[in-house]
Amino acid sequence: MHRVKVRVVEDALDANNTIARANRDDFDRHGVTVLNVMSAPGAGKTTILERVLRDGLGDLRVGVLEGDVQGSLDADRLAHLHIPVTQLNTGNGFGGECHLDANMVRSALPAIPLEDIDLLIVENVGNLVCPAEFRLGEDARIMVASVAEGDDKPGKYPLMFRSCELVVVNKLDLLGHVDFDMDRFDYHLDAVHPGVARMRVSARTGEGLDELREWLTALPDRAAAPAG
Amino acid sequence: MHEFSIASAVVDTAVRHAAGRRVTVVSVRCGRLRQVVPASLAFAFEVLARDTLCDGAVLEQEIVPARLACAACAREWEIELPVFRCPTCGTAAVAVVAGEELEVESIEVSQDEEARCIA
Repeated sequence: MHRVKVRVVEDALDANNTIARANRDDFDRHGVTVLNVMSAPGAGKTTILERVLRDGLGDLRVGVLEGDVQGSLDADRLAHLHIPVTQLNTGNGFGGECHLDANMVRSALPAIPLEDIDLLIVENVGNLVCPAEFRLGEDARIMVASVAEGDDKPGKYPLMFRSCELVVVNKLDLLGHVDFDMDRFDYHLDAVHPGVARMRVSARTGEGLDELREWLTALPDRAAAPAG
Repeated sequence: MHEFSIASAVVDTAVRHAAGRRVTVVSVRCGRLRQVVPASLAFAFEVLARDTLCDGAVLEQEIVPARLACAACAREWEIELPVFRCPTCGTAAVAVVAGEELEVESIEVSQDEEARCIA
């Protein structure tokens, strides 16, 4: 049998990155800034979005793409906000992908009214590992870490904590009920992603959400500014 | 758990480059910062390769150590733990030199089975 070695030297996720670039081109063409929001399950992504988007973000027209393994519970929760919410399920029936990838987002594009929005917030599937690997065509990535998860998580999931430009620490109202030391969290976070921007919020009480609202409102201008 | 996602991408990449030929070996380079568990990746690859041109192929994994470089003091070092700070001068202005790779380096295909596989 004749064997031949074929040199490949290609990023294993090259196919995903190519589609992500195509998504990005489409978003750019429509002037839409895209934010990828990631976290563990139950960290509070949907509740934060509910609270932050309830009163709008200034003049920004916002749309949400909800990624879930199954069902439309999260999209239903956002329905009363009267903004375009698109549900994207990664599975059919039982089980499904544990993350969004560029191709899934691409398949959802026809359902997203890109001409009617300025900012698309993509709520990724709750998972601290896989979503960090897959670019979707976004301009920025943030993650939500809740105090209930423990202060040691940055050291356990460095890939995720390194892949985002803002870490939102949620459920501040639970401090005192859980063993979470903010200094220790900051220490672990600075070890894996020194100096990354961070905010402390409680989606439940509303504490700190104004700062997040400002950050989101300014995002399109920041994304449009040349890097550096 | 992301090994299945990565293995799926590896199989797709190998199949594309195989151009219809049966794949016997797939060589990948995984940087340590990608947090890939070699045994999990091997298992996921074996399962996902079934009924593709990679069915039964051997997955060779090269683990690339994580190396950082400090902009301030020009030191370069290897890390065992995810700590992105210079141990010499303490600055956080460090760059990843190696360890973020996730590449399909090469594949080995068997030529004479080409006809059978295409058929």
